[in-house]
Amino acid sequence: GDIAFRFINYVRSARERQLQRKLKNHQNLSWQEISESYQEDKFKLLGDSQVVVCDINKEMLKVGKQKAQHLGYSEGLSWVLGNAEELPFDDDKFDVYTIAFGIRNVTRIDLALEEAYRVLKPGGRFLCLEFSHVSNPLLSRLYDLYSFQVIPVLGEVIAGDWKSYQYLVESIRRFPPQEELKAMIEDAGFLKVDYQNLNSGIVAIHSGFKL
Amino acid sequence: GRACLSRAEPPARDGRSGEEEEEEEGCYQLYPGHIPTSPLQKALLAAGSAFMALCDPYRHDMVAVLGETTGCLALPNLRDKMKHHPEGYRILQERPRIRLSTLDMSKLRGLPDGSLGREYVRFLEDNKVSPDTRMPPKFVDDEELAYVIQRYREVHDLMHTLLGMPTNMLGEVVVKWFEAVQTGLPMCVLGAAFGPVRLSARKLQVLATDLVPWAIRSGRNASCILNVYYEQRWEQPVESLRKEIGIFPPP
Repeated sequence: GDIAFRFINYVRSARERQLQRKLKNHQNLSWQEISESYQEDKFKLLGDSQVVVCDINKEMLKVGKQKAQHLGYSEGLSWVLGNAEELPFDDDKFDVYTIAFGIRNVTRIDLALEEAYRVLKPGGRFLCLEFSHVSNPLLSRLYDLYSFQVIPVLGEVIAGDWKSYQYLVESIRRFPPQEELKAMIEDAGFLKVDYQNLNSGIVAIHSGFKL
Repeated sequence: GRACLSRAEPPARDGRSGEEEEEEEGCYQLYPGHIPTSPLQKALLAAGSAFMALCDPYRHDMVAVLGETTGCLALPNLRDKMKHHPEGYRILQERPRIRLSTLDMSKLRGLPDGSLGREYVRFLEDNKVSPDTRMPPKFVDDEELAYVIQRYREVHDLMHTLLGMPTNMLGEVVVKWFEAVQTGLPMCVLGAAFGPVRLSARKLQVLATDLVPWAIRSGRNASCILNVYYEQRWEQPVESLRKEIGIFPPP
């Protein structure tokens, strides 16, 4: 959802800049003509760009829709209920596939990666943002201490839910580290697979291309 | 009982793999709902729950967590008091639970006015509370002590009945003073000390001049409230039970 909003913002601002540049080059337009060109392009500000937000959980989709409405996003967005291991989309449909803090919750990561490969167009890009492993030993110990000692306590105190946050930190530890995930992405058929660590590996962005 | 007490620290401290954690976590669970915690976690929980309970007095779960994480001295004390008393000993053996499913509400309602059962049901209905909303313990690392704190929670409503206090903030604070003297649980002491912060000046005055001194006197005079097998005394008049335990009549 949030990535969809950012993407729409980006496309809109890119097109606005494009429009501004176009108008700057025409020095002697009348006010009439300027207002007309703005109006015409307002409807097509997004152009043909579309974002599909997909989640396995109906409640999450509902929350996303409410947020979109609240923030004023109406066009170019569609919300689909679906399972990452078995996507309800045709082959070669999308230019970009992003998954943020979602792939950790998928039972068969390899299936999700294969599906991602299937629905991407040739030339399309796969991007995955997920908790990963910290290699620095000192930071790793501090991170573990914080994760296991503090996070479930915060879950209990703030949300009255110890178990969910215990599960969260355990599932992060179970998840494959950077290189292993990279290999899995390559196994699914992606090329030029790479990753970038954020915060020394607490989070990592993996990327691959369908070529 | 205490077999796993010394190893109650979560094994996940070193960040081992998920499968190991689950097995060891399961072995350390001393009773259903038990979540083993390290001393650091208990300290953080105690601080966090105290803060949260002050900010939002309706977070009863936080009051419960505070009681569990700070009761490590008071609970064994209470358990010993129960063990050294015939009725208390029986309660520890039989482990009765006060729950809507175990209570015969219509029978209690049919008892004469002034009896423990009738007044207890009246209290529940007037204040719109139910004995089933008491939280089961999670962070007590001994299953007998877990029962003791559970019993204390379930007997709390009976305390309201015996002391004649409603469930508004004022009434709760008075009961907390009584319980603080009776049990020595730090959670009761903190609740008694900080609860009044949210009361108006007029109520504070009534509290300070009449209610708290009476609660303290009664608390000191009374025998241990956990040593009374309330489920076998529904027919007993409240007055008589008060005299027997040693609670002075409410002002």
